[in-house]
Amino acid sequence: MTTQQAPAIQVHGLEKSYKELHVLRGVDFEVARGSIFALLGSNGAGKTTAVKILSTLLKPDAGTARVNGFDVATQAANVRESISLTGQFAAVDEILSGRENLVLVARLRHLKNPGRIADELLERFSLTDAGGRKAATYSGGMRRRLDIAMSLIGDPPIIFLDEPTTGLDPQARIEVWQAVRELADRGTTVLLTTQYLDEAEQLADRIAILHEGRIIVNGTLDELKQLLPPAKVEYVEKQPTLEDVFLTLVGTKA
Amino acid sequence: MSKHFFGDTTVLLGRSLRHITRSPDTIITTAIMPIAMMLMFVYVFGGAIRTGSDSSYVNYMLPGILLITVASGIAYTAYRLFMDMKGGIFERFQSMPTARSSVLWAHVLTSLVANLISLVVVVLVALLMGFRSGAGVPAWLAVAGILILFTLALTWIAVIPGLSAKTMEGASAFSYPLIFLPFLSSAFVPTASMPGPVRFFAEHQPVTSIVNAIRALFTGQPVGTDIWVALAWCVGILVVAYAFAMRTYRRKIS
Repeated sequence: MTTQQAPAIQVHGLEKSYKELHVLRGVDFEVARGSIFALLGSNGAGKTTAVKILSTLLKPDAGTARVNGFDVATQAANVRESISLTGQFAAVDEILSGRENLVLVARLRHLKNPGRIADELLERFSLTDAGGRKAATYSGGMRRRLDIAMSLIGDPPIIFLDEPTTGLDPQARIEVWQAVRELADRGTTVLLTTQYLDEAEQLADRIAILHEGRIIVNGTLDELKQLLPPAKVEYVEKQPTLEDVFLTLVGTKA
Repeated sequence: MSKHFFGDTTVLLGRSLRHITRSPDTIITTAIMPIAMMLMFVYVFGGAIRTGSDSSYVNYMLPGILLITVASGIAYTAYRLFMDMKGGIFERFQSMPTARSSVLWAHVLTSLVANLISLVVVVLVALLMGFRSGAGVPAWLAVAGILILFTLALTWIAVIPGLSAKTMEGASAFSYPLIFLPFLSSAFVPTASMPGPVRFFAEHQPVTSIVNAIRALFTGQPVGTDIWVALAWCVGILVVAYAFAMRTYRRKIS
């Protein structure tokens, strides 16, 4: 009974306050199916609060939100069937191995053959060799990959990624970007929050800027660029960025 | 209650039990303090304590030591819950189509299992130190029943800081007063030897009746009204702690 034609996410007039602090002051946006939507904002702009409301972890004070056609307030169980949340901190069980983490989530999603699902995801995220090791021994990028792999179990049509690359080194960031692009290629709707402008620029089909609890602009990258005066042609010597230098020196595969 | 409640609780219980088998130090640390106290009291102070009975002092103090074991064990319950909250894995589980309260119940049952193992270890050490009991199977079962009820009551108290603490120290500090409560009871010396106000407190706090009931069961004496007072305390604390814990929990997930 999911409404396939409706947008994957519809948010209208969303408000949320913590005591005196008005975190969201009327947020509206829609996310089309199969697209990558970036919620861009500085720290404290309300990105995480919005994601928590959409993933049924918080209740809004006002406004409505529909995810996969289901109302987050009244049909929370259906929403949870439709989504996966990858929170701000890689939420993996450090004491379990990578494979055990995946098996655990597959069991909690009541799927058959949890072991096979785990092995396939380890393979897909290049974690097969590390699969038997405790997640506590993983690097930041590996943890994030495992985290995202855990989110994919059960093929939820919508995935929330809350600041997926915060605290990662440049190589790990590129690995995560690659994983997000693959997700979108498979038709998954991705809503990601980020404070990095280049991340939104690299990944998103549409970008919304959340500022002081409101969406101040919402559009494609080109539309956003048109908000400023037209480009001038200037000749500037192209210097490699420090990131280019770093990645060349350490020889990344991406 | 969700149709997946039992299945999900079993899966999550398996997860936390695996944590315990991979870091058995939590069980050892839980058991070591009461064992150290037992050694000190029996071999250092015990000679000077007049309990009014001829049997070995270890027989007299074991019930109190068992309660101290549980009181120190539940600090780990709060700690495990706190780590799940802080690491984001609690939110991951809550945003999945699982029976939501399973996450909490798995922690409660893990606490029960871990504390029972610690209790068995402490009793075995007590046997080596000369603890002897003429109690038959029904009396031992009654002791086990009281200890299980006591553990559950204290576990639900531990859930409250586990869910709401801001720091790891805060999550486990609440157990210190619980560990010291047996010292102001009939656990180590008869209450008759205490000065008026202290004696009044000691005779009307839960530990005394629980200690007296277990002691009577171990020595094969009639339990009198102590066992009913003890059960009333355990059930009363359990109900109140459960209500507060659920209120804290509901506040966390709304």
